[in-house]
Amino acid sequence: MNTADFFNFLKPKNELENQGESIENRPYIPDELWVKCPVCKNPVLSADLGENYKVCPKCGYHFRIGARQRIEITVDEGSFVEFDAELTSTNIIDFPDYTRKLKNAKLNSGENESVITGTAKIGGYETVLAVMNSQFMMGSMGTVTGEKITRAFEYATEHQMPIVVFTVSGGARMQEGILSLMQMAKTSGAVKLHSDAGLLYITVLTDPTTGGVTASFAMEGDIILAEPKALIAFAGPRVIEQTIRQKLPKDFQSAEFLLEKGFIDAVVPRSEMKDTLSKLLKLHGAKKVKAEEGETDERI
Amino acid sequence: MSAYDSVTAARANDRPTTVDYITRIFGDSFIELHGDRRFADDKAVIGGIAEIDGKTVTVIGLEKGRNLNERMDRNFGSAHPEGYRKALRLMKQAEKFHRPVLCFVDTSGAYCGIGAEERGQGQAIAENLMEMMTLKTPILSVFIGEGGSGGALALAVADEVWMLENAIYSVISPEGCASILWKDPSKTAEASECLKLTSQDLFKLGVIERIIREPKNVDSVVFDSFKSLIAQTFDKLGAFDTETLLSKRYNRFRKF
Repeated sequence: MNTADFFNFLKPKNELENQGESIENRPYIPDELWVKCPVCKNPVLSADLGENYKVCPKCGYHFRIGARQRIEITVDEGSFVEFDAELTSTNIIDFPDYTRKLKNAKLNSGENESVITGTAKIGGYETVLAVMNSQFMMGSMGTVTGEKITRAFEYATEHQMPIVVFTVSGGARMQEGILSLMQMAKTSGAVKLHSDAGLLYITVLTDPTTGGVTASFAMEGDIILAEPKALIAFAGPRVIEQTIRQKLPKDFQSAEFLLEKGFIDAVVPRSEMKDTLSKLLKLHGAKKVKAEEGETDERI
Repeated sequence: MSAYDSVTAARANDRPTTVDYITRIFGDSFIELHGDRRFADDKAVIGGIAEIDGKTVTVIGLEKGRNLNERMDRNFGSAHPEGYRKALRLMKQAEKFHRPVLCFVDTSGAYCGIGAEERGQGQAIAENLMEMMTLKTPILSVFIGEGGSGGALALAVADEVWMLENAIYSVISPEGCASILWKDPSKTAEASECLKLTSQDLFKLGVIERIIREPKNVDSVVFDSFKSLIAQTFDKLGAFDTETLLSKRYNRFRKF
């Protein structure tokens, strides 16, 4: 261990990646008794956020939750089978400080990458699933993120299955340079082949979905859902304010704003997400598997 | 030459822009086509059809403008969603008429603004990436100056990507990178090195197929040999059956 690494070890364990966007500092599942809602700014009693869904009772903002919790509240119990859990990023272009940041991200999130992929059943319907994780470098897209998502789509295409992707991302991962940008093309290619095979892709945009993820697979779903009040943008609000030097309208780039502008199909509260996904899967003829027997029911 | 020298050269005001390349390569044969058929005609994107060695090609390029008035008119080469949609419309047209697509890339990035967000900048870029991957005709993209992130990639999901020697291609501007990394946007030179954005770096990483050498004086770029290189490449790519062409294109990006 060299000296620099030694001192990094002494730094607080919860030191999170900060990409400079204030919007990225919205709280996760709060530990405190009271928490300030980042959208309506009201103080909220943590207990009032609800056991599972973590929703502001005043304005309906959906607090950020980790990918594992997301999977738990979305899929049928015990049905998730993970792909490529061992895949993990390395400092491929030898970018300053990236090795340490990766180490921190792994420690903080307990995950190897910013996305978790696999298969699951939702209301009994079999689907491929990818859930991005804001607790890992703000869900930024590196080569391994792109690889896992691409493999998930390729698996879905090969097995004639639908795919559901929950997005949350600060955008492409700067520390992997141009190779992170290439993930936008790579994932989009895999989405296109899945789409050309006549298969269903449902995107669920969660807070925040920005940058290179918005400009690739997040906006390529057949059906695009979003959680209430989620920030969805290509360029983040701070970048735009700096570019045009004026304040942005209040609900600019919210899920509701995108709905009004025609870029998403529906805003769906977290409490109704599982039911909505299950209905959409059913309406597209997804395969239903009986929970207890594990046998195929029929193709509807 | 340092990475930062390339950044400076790529942004130089006297550097040839898409209009220069179109004029010098295609001369009078170029016919400009306007509009995305949905919202507007984005002047940051020039598109049209032209002739090369007696064959028709679709030409699309990001145009920065050659003087201050032009630059303002062209929004400094930063396209709105309608610019990317115009590009896609012309690519689909190229597919229909079985002619190859030549793209020139020169942009600091897709425009960041209220209108651009309202009209779906992310969606417009995403759609280009997806549609270009399976466009049933050869695509060649040439980076002639700046290649800024998703706004450049939206014209570069191609069978081959070339770069002028001093062009750059990066996921983020060196200034943006420096301000995130060191909270100091003036450390542009250091950031330029870290990002591996020069043509040599990108060639080594397998992101581009060819570097076009630039003579000392950028005004005298040898357009004629460039033109024959483009024609040869379209002949080569045109010889593949569609299935082979598309699977090569998919794998070109799949490898990253």
